[in-house]
Amino acid sequence: MENALGQPQTIVLLGGTSDIGLAIVRHLLNPTTLAVVLACRNVEAGERAAAGLRSDGVVVDVVAFDGAATGTHAEFARSLSDKHGDIDVAIIAFGILGDGSETKVDCDAAAELTNINFTGVVSSTIAVANQMRRQGHGSIVMLSSVAGERVRRANPVYGATKAGIDGFAQGFGDVIAADGVHMLIVRPGFVHSKMTTGLKAQPFATTPEKVAAATVKGLRSKRRIVWAPGILRFMFIVLRHLPGPVWRRLPLG
Amino acid sequence: MSNPSRARLWGWGHTKPTMAEEVSVDRAGVAGAVKEAGERGILARGLGRSYGDAAQNGGGLVLHLTSDASEVVLNPTTGFVTVGAGVSIDQLLRVIVPRGFFIPVTPGTRFVTIGGAIASDIHGKNHHVDGSIGNHIESITMVLADGSTTVIGPRHNPALFWATVGGMGLTGVMLDASIRLLPVETSRMRVDTSRLADLDDLMASMSQGDDDVRYSVAWIDLVAKGRHLGRSVLSRGDHATLDELDARQGVAPLAYGPRQLASVPPLVPAMGVLNHATVAAFNEFWFRKAPSHRVGEIQGIGAFFHPLDFVGAWNRLYGTRGMVQYQFVVPFGEEQAMRTVVERLSASGAASFLAVLKRFGAANPAPLSFPRAGWTLALDLPGGSRGLDDLLHGLDRVVLDAGGRHYFAKDAHMTHEAVRRGYPRLEEWKAIRDQVDAHRVWQSDLARRLGLI
Ligand SMILES: Cc1cc2nc3c(=O)[nH]c(=O)nc-3n(C[C@H](O)[C@H](O)[C@H](O)COP(=O)(O)OP(=O)(O)OC[C@H]3O[C@@H](n4cnc5c(N)ncnc54)[C@H](O)[C@@H]3O)c2cc1C
Ligand SMILES: NC(=O)c1ccc[n+]([C@@H]2O[C@H](COP(=O)([O-])OP(=O)(O)OC[C@H]3O[C@@H](n4cnc5c(N)ncnc54)[C@H](OP(=O)(O)O)[C@@H]3O)[C@@H](O)[C@H]2O)c1
Repeated sequence: MENALGQPQTIVLLGGTSDIGLAIVRHLLNPTTLAVVLACRNVEAGERAAAGLRSDGVVVDVVAFDGAATGTHAEFARSLSDKHGDIDVAIIAFGILGDGSETKVDCDAAAELTNINFTGVVSSTIAVANQMRRQGHGSIVMLSSVAGERVRRANPVYGATKAGIDGFAQGFGDVIAADGVHMLIVRPGFVHSKMTTGLKAQPFATTPEKVAAATVKGLRSKRRIVWAPGILRFMFIVLRHLPGPVWRRLPLG
Repeated sequence: MSNPSRARLWGWGHTKPTMAEEVSVDRAGVAGAVKEAGERGILARGLGRSYGDAAQNGGGLVLHLTSDASEVVLNPTTGFVTVGAGVSIDQLLRVIVPRGFFIPVTPGTRFVTIGGAIASDIHGKNHHVDGSIGNHIESITMVLADGSTTVIGPRHNPALFWATVGGMGLTGVMLDASIRLLPVETSRMRVDTSRLADLDDLMASMSQGDDDVRYSVAWIDLVAKGRHLGRSVLSRGDHATLDELDARQGVAPLAYGPRQLASVPPLVPAMGVLNHATVAAFNEFWFRKAPSHRVGEIQGIGAFFHPLDFVGAWNRLYGTRGMVQYQFVVPFGEEQAMRTVVERLSASGAASFLAVLKRFGAANPAPLSFPRAGWTLALDLPGGSRGLDDLLHGLDRVVLDAGGRHYFAKDAHMTHEAVRRGYPRLEEWKAIRDQVDAHRVWQSDLARRLGLI
């Protein structure tokens, strides 16, 4: 049960090894925190991440979770509540970027990416939200991306999944608001994380720490959407409306 | 029983709402409602004057006891009143004051219910001589988790009685209580007021004079810095006797009919209007307005006990981020901890409107009752203040290291550790609760947050 200062006691990270997600967890940790759940497909990597979070009085629980296995999500979310009680904040941070091959020859890769980034995100978000609706409170952080604001030729499938979950989160956020659950959509630009290692940084590149700081501020002030960095919001007002021929010629990779 | 309706419920601080099913029931309907308890349990709610989440039950059922003045049954010969738990102190005073009686303990607002008052074991300006409300209860009629009704009191089932006093609604739903009243000759107060230059002055004069007066409380300006740090206005009084009234007042010595003069306009800017600048100005005004020394002033009950009630819904002045109330007690001998807290609050630049200092007398036998012998300070802080979380957890450590504790009815941020250290008899309380509610029919957001269930 989160307190009046916006300090959560129980935090769940789906994509428990996500650099951005872990940064958000670190920013949320506070003296009242009792449990952090890292839900990972790679439990060993999750244990390494957990070591950095443990401190007196905080249980860090690493559990197996596959974002693509939609059939397991409802049971997974129930087990979270059974084990840790009310979930105050759930961060939906799992996803893959793809390497571009999915747009050329490999339609299986495209389907897998879509299944994780879109279908799996939708399914697990609803599963977690259902637990929160039962509680009458809770917050969900949805890691969207500016990649979905206007989908680029560099990653059409990834961009489309981000556009998809962003739209889903907007509409679904209004549904669960009636049950006391807060949806925060976070739209980062290029973030230096393991997802982008080796890629050329985009303009206004930022860090997981900065995304986390903006996210926690947005949670406390009950915002609907946070951009990281904030200036991207204004950039995209322009970019969204550029004529196609101009947009295509921009050096956005 | 009305049909349950989905409601977003807040505490008086307007900080952390949750959604629950809300129903109104009369006393006959409570047992039936208990049978409807789902996995998120049930909680009785009074007038929602607790600042944090004590009267919320997210995802569960919240019961409102309907009430009216016919549930006030006064026996003028014995001085006992039996009053419905959903009746407010406002309703009660309108019946008993004209008949020459006063409630033995009143908080700073009369818009609290009898059930809420007992569940928080409220204290007033007279705690140092009269103790808290639990000290004045003869018996309580209560519905238990199994739907049965029982009568408890300090002589009948004392363990459950004292677990219910200060038990935050987690032992059962109170239906009514029998309270020993204070006979009064008039509805006026005789009040002495003095200004004090700083905190040490204040604590010294309270330590000397308090035991001779029934009511005593001081207001401290926590925004003032430097040599003004801790400047304060001490107000003391008692019920005026007949011969203390002048001829005009003597015509209707027991007249009582307080009115609410104004309400906060519905359009308050989202960031609120109480910030460091406005609060500093208000505090300055308040301090200067107070006489440096005045004795024997005659005031009404409302002006003396419930000044904030003259403005309805004043909590909305804090805007959408709401406010947090901080109240703690430290034992006598730990004055240095009090000084440290006051200094840190002043240095933090937090805009604290109305900080109230008072001396508590001895604790009663209730394991979760807040008051204990010592100094208590209560203050409001805007919920959105930067650094508030670190400030408050830091102050908590000072208070706990001094052997003090925090008030559940006001709390909105504590850690489990703060509860364990502040309330060493918590396990004793839990054991009694487990006997009457093994399946956790009674639940609240506060109970979940602080690990009481
Ligand atoms: C302006 C202001 C000044 C205040 N001054 C003081 C003060 O001087 N001293 C002080 O001690 N407190 C003070 N308070 C706090 C207040 O007295 C307590 O929070 C009190 O409990 C509020 O009563 P309520 O009817 O609003 O109860 P709620 O806030 O609705 O509920 C409080 C608790 O009581 C329980 N409860 C309510 N009814 C029942 C019932 N029928 N059976 C079982 N449990 C029940 C609830 O479950 C909950 O745990 C002040 C509050 C305000 C807003
Ligand atoms: N980095 C950016 O530039 C950027 C920009 C905007 C938005 N985002 C979004 O922010 C979120 C977090 O990204 P990040 O930068 O923190 O990258 P990251 O460190 O690579 O995190 C993504 C995580 O998702 C996990 N994951 C992938 N598939 C999974 C599956 N099927 N089941 C469970 N977990 C799975 C990965 O776990 P493994 O370690 O097991 O692969 C990885 O820990 C993603 O949604 C991303 O799209 C990132």
